[in-house]
Amino acid sequence: MVDSPFVIAGRTFRSRLIVGTGKYPSNAVMAHAHEASGADMVTVAVRRVNITDRSRESLLDFIDPTRMFILPNTAGCYTADEAVRTAHLAREAGLSNWVKLEVIGDERTLFPDNEALIDATRRLVRDGFVVLPYTNDDPIACRKLEDAGAAAVMPLGAPIGSGLGIQNVNNMRIIREFARVPMIVDAGVGTASDAALAMELGADGVLMNTAIAGATEPVAMAAAMKHAVVAGRLALLAGRIPRKMYASASSPVEGLVGR
Amino acid sequence: MPRFGAVRSGHGPSALVQITLNGEQFELDQSVSVSALLMRLEIDPRRVAVEHNLAILKRQRFSDVLVHEGDTVEIVNFVGGG
Repeated sequence: MVDSPFVIAGRTFRSRLIVGTGKYPSNAVMAHAHEASGADMVTVAVRRVNITDRSRESLLDFIDPTRMFILPNTAGCYTADEAVRTAHLAREAGLSNWVKLEVIGDERTLFPDNEALIDATRRLVRDGFVVLPYTNDDPIACRKLEDAGAAAVMPLGAPIGSGLGIQNVNNMRIIREFARVPMIVDAGVGTASDAALAMELGADGVLMNTAIAGATEPVAMAAAMKHAVVAGRLALLAGRIPRKMYASASSPVEGLVGR
Repeated sequence: MPRFGAVRSGHGPSALVQITLNGEQFELDQSVSVSALLMRLEIDPRRVAVEHNLAILKRQRFSDVLVHEGDTVEIVNFVGGG
């Protein structure tokens, strides 16, 4: 079965799995996990350079920019102004005008602040950015982000790093149905079945960090996620059978021995 | 107070240039270009972005923008994140 390519803002990606670069046991493990994941887009954060200790390894030594598209985020920003400033810094530090936009509204849940997120999206689109906003699983917020010029919508499956899996399955379906841009489920994945479910619900891609980086064996989990995303996508395209209340025999009911 | 970075060269303390670098006080022995500051800090200019007095600098301008007394400089890079 031939799938349509995964395209965001005119750029085609080989993999529908997008992975993070945070919280790995080491940069070497991260590089192996990235390889195993098959992903060709990774997220990074923007932070002050450590002036006092220059001995630390540079993250970019462990990411091959010829194979990986680097997507900077605005994680940790709590206002539209902070997020816009961080996005501009990321654009100067990096190679592209893409940003994974986060404007957080609450420290404990890390849920996005919709109003500020929409405002920041509008401003960054005006400044020439390709904006991929991390958003609530709210179809109306997603619609407003799309109207503000977002290149994709990235609803959360569950709180960041929670591993709870997709909490509002039906909203994901509705968001997919509403959106004219790619829908990427971002955050909340705990294990492979969560990623497969996201794809079965119609997600165009899945973005995850902790589910891989925090696994006991990150490299093995990265491989599991790769297969899960492919499996979920194929299952969606294949067209699942309808759910029924009662059994329907798989084997013929005629020709039974002794009847 | 700064424990690092300052290169004193026989001037009195009044000759030192005080800046705020990534939120911390930092001393220079004279006004220097952003390029020279990065070199002194052993930072590869190709991997960072620099904000000077809240204005983001294009990389091509690192060599001609000077950091003066009282200036604020932010140097950021990419780190692991989701």
